Amino acid sequence: MKTDNQKAWFLVLPVLVLVSFSAVIPLMTVVNYSVQDTFGNNVFFWAGLEWFDQMLRSERMWNALGRQLAFSSIILAIEVPLGVFVALNMPKKGVWASVCLVLMSLPLLIPWNVVGTIWQIFGRVDIGLLGYALDAIGIDYNYTQGFYAAWATVIVMDVWHWTSLVALLAYAGLQSIPDAYYQAAKIDQASRWAVFRYIELPKMLGVLMIAILLRFMDSFMIYTEPFVVTGGGPGNATTFLSIDLVKMALGQFDLGPAAAFSLMYFLVIMVISFVFYTVMTSLDKRDAK
Amino acid sequence: MAKITLKNLAHSYLPNPSAEDDFALKEMTHDWRDGEAYALLGSSGCGKSTLLNIISGLLRPSHGRVLFDGRDVTDQATAERNIAQVFQFPVVYDTMTVRENLAFPLKNRGIAAAEIAERVQRVGRMIGMEATLNHKARGLTADAKQKISLGRGMVREDVNALLFDEPLTVIDPHMKWELRTQLKKLHQDFGHTMIYVTHDQTEALTFADRVVVMYDGRVVQIGTPQELFERPAHTFVGYFIGSPGMNLFDASIDGTKAQIAGTQFDLGTTYATNGGDTKIGVRPEYIRLAPKGLPARVTRVEDVGRHKIIRLELGGQEVSAIAGEGDTVPDGGTHVQFIEGGVNVYEDGWRVPSAKEKDAA
Amino acid sequence: MTDATAQAPGASSLPEDLTAERNASRVGRRFGPSGSAVVMVLYLLFLMLPIYWLLNMSLKTNNEILGAFSLWPRNATLQNYVTILTDPSWYMGYVNSLIYVLMNTAISLTVALPAAYAFSRYNFMGDKHLFFWLLTNRMAPPAVFALPFFQLYSSVGLFDTHIAVALAHALFNVPLAVWILEGFMRGVPKEIDETAYIDGYSFGRFFVKIFMPLISSGIGVAAFFCFMFSWVELLLSRTLTSVDAKPIAATMTRTGGAGGIDWGVLAAAGVLTIIPGALVVFFVRNYIAKGFALGRV
Repeated sequence: MKTDNQKAWFLVLPVLVLVSFSAVIPLMTVVNYSVQDTFGNNVFFWAGLEWFDQMLRSERMWNALGRQLAFSSIILAIEVPLGVFVALNMPKKGVWASVCLVLMSLPLLIPWNVVGTIWQIFGRVDIGLLGYALDAIGIDYNYTQGFYAAWATVIVMDVWHWTSLVALLAYAGLQSIPDAYYQAAKIDQASRWAVFRYIELPKMLGVLMIAILLRFMDSFMIYTEPFVVTGGGPGNATTFLSIDLVKMALGQFDLGPAAAFSLMYFLVIMVISFVFYTVMTSLDKRDAK
Repeated sequence: MAKITLKNLAHSYLPNPSAEDDFALKEMTHDWRDGEAYALLGSSGCGKSTLLNIISGLLRPSHGRVLFDGRDVTDQATAERNIAQVFQFPVVYDTMTVRENLAFPLKNRGIAAAEIAERVQRVGRMIGMEATLNHKARGLTADAKQKISLGRGMVREDVNALLFDEPLTVIDPHMKWELRTQLKKLHQDFGHTMIYVTHDQTEALTFADRVVVMYDGRVVQIGTPQELFERPAHTFVGYFIGSPGMNLFDASIDGTKAQIAGTQFDLGTTYATNGGDTKIGVRPEYIRLAPKGLPARVTRVEDVGRHKIIRLELGGQEVSAIAGEGDTVPDGGTHVQFIEGGVNVYEDGWRVPSAKEKDAA
Repeated sequence: MTDATAQAPGASSLPEDLTAERNASRVGRRFGPSGSAVVMVLYLLFLMLPIYWLLNMSLKTNNEILGAFSLWPRNATLQNYVTILTDPSWYMGYVNSLIYVLMNTAISLTVALPAAYAFSRYNFMGDKHLFFWLLTNRMAPPAVFALPFFQLYSSVGLFDTHIAVALAHALFNVPLAVWILEGFMRGVPKEIDETAYIDGYSFGRFFVKIFMPLISSGIGVAAFFCFMFSWVELLLSRTLTSVDAKPIAATMTRTGGAGGIDWGVLAAAGVLTIIPGALVVFFVRNYIAKGFALGRV
């Protein structure tokens, strides 16, 4: 069991200093902007909660949030079951297991803008294999023009990019199941479904929660990949929260609204993640018993 | 319940075994009687778990057949063989309650709900978990979980055999004794054929009617605990069973005379040896200190309460003898003698019956 | 014993007809191997096709790419790679990226190790809140911090330095490293610490000599994740650099010239960014499964 020891703070101090420098000061800057207005020339004056009020009424932000939620839900709904399915079909050991692991890890280690570039090229009707093939079989596919084509591309890209993370986590969970469980299930005449439901799924639950948490957080913050492929278009079709925020802050230099936007954005992620985190730690505790 | 027959059974994990050493299990033919409790005893890596998994059908033997009551089941899957197995580490379905765990094998076999409820209740009582039937299996202690694993086997009343793969490894010592007693009682009450794999001789000897001793992929002896003690068929059995194990002496044998470490003595009968490597095995219980006999030197005396274990040096070899609690043990040089009936002769590791035994048979 | 048993009864009687009696192996009956293989082949094909396409294009000239459509390069050329590897404005991008990634990994692990130890071993005032606060930084969208970071590092004169990017990436890598390491450390029994103290080890010596080797796989996994997330990030690294520390990812976003985008060079640059990750993953392939469980299985 853990012991009480206030000196442990000394061990945490370096992390505290470093993360404070990287997080607290910038966050304060954001808070500062969010309650002030400027007419340029670095002259700021108090604006109170005006920007928050404005952003809450802004259709633009609600639309971006809606698109963001839709995107995150869709990719979670695809990647989690697909990842589990892939993990169940992976070889348990041997050379092929290593081959699968290495190849599956590859997309995770590609810089995000390169992921965007890969799909930008892959989907082009003139020089990309996917676009060319779709065009050849008569499907009108153009991710810079069509709403559905753009969404499909961004989603397939994310599935391509991140399903392996879910699969590898689930695989790690499966690896921890002793053979005896499968043997006992055979003796009990359990069906394939029962083996999954009562043996494999419970063992994967802990890591699956991590997978869902990571995928939710990262998909909610997605910026680079869709930006490279669609630039947020056509129109605003794939303008997710981060893309909109960068447009507002760096493009239009609307610092006040952008800062208020940032804080609310951060808050939403934190609240949802907190729920996940609480569920996760309670699962951890239940397992530890 | 069934008689289990192993016919020319052998197993190799290699695709093309050629040499003897390629076999994890060397060829054997045995009948295991219906309704008896067997213990499969041996040190780790001797092939006892391989044999158990072949009987349960988790492993397909590379050679030979397995028969239940004369019916060939070699190609049948585990589920079709209708056996139950308890593993080294408890296997329970964490997300189910104890009741659901016990009902699981019955439900999978499509048995009526009323029947299931009735049997689960009875098994719950048998394993002493009636009060916790509605608890989640997660969070129970290791021995409670192991009892559930056992219960899942017991609940299917018609099983051909109950197999145990070192089931008490993770159980506290005092619970071990209790669980073993319960197992023994279950066996007496229901008469299942039971096979119990263990590397612990106490467990094997107290649980089983007959103990199957394995060594290096081979069954070296099947016998009652008394037979294993009095007439170990292989030097390994003598060494492995008993505490301390049997003393082994390099010996040369000529008619009724034997010679150990330069001293000759009379065996009282003849042994039909074929010029192989001969040894004489004597259990510590059959060695006593005497004024004359084989010269030896006492090096140490261990008092274990019930008796004394005397460690001696004889011809450069360590020898153990057991003496009564009240006996006095001389320091230093002395002699030892073998008590009649306690001498076993081995040739190339295997026991050679004496002429007397042959006549009796 | 061995020579004794070799002549034992039954020993000489190996089954005579080995091949005829060999029974067909039934391994893999549980899933049906063919079904699984099909699933895996399809999935890996899905993963590899876009990467293959990038490789294919990197070996073509721009004219060939824009000319006829072909599934493989007809006139394979390494010219695109030569362009990148001889032009400092290209290859310095790789060097810059590697520098700040390695700096970040070193910094993150150095501060995360003692902190993870504290979280795994002790209760102290505010520990739960601190842990969650750390995790919230992993949840902070880089887009939120891009502008404030720019201002912060400009004001302290660190703009366009490697250390600036390394520190910025520490924002999300340190919490992750603490989280992973804490998971691994929890698996090490506390008795080991106590034994070492009784044996007269100081905390520092115990930590370096005994504890760190015990969780070496955890350290490897944490390093892998730090490397990965720092290597793939673009938004912050591009915002915080202009010339001297400009990462390869940012260099790639400016391949458009007067004559349009040079797809061949862009593809070659993309292929080259995959190589470090591929190398790392090849070396840690035996720990991937355990690593992705973050020590919690």
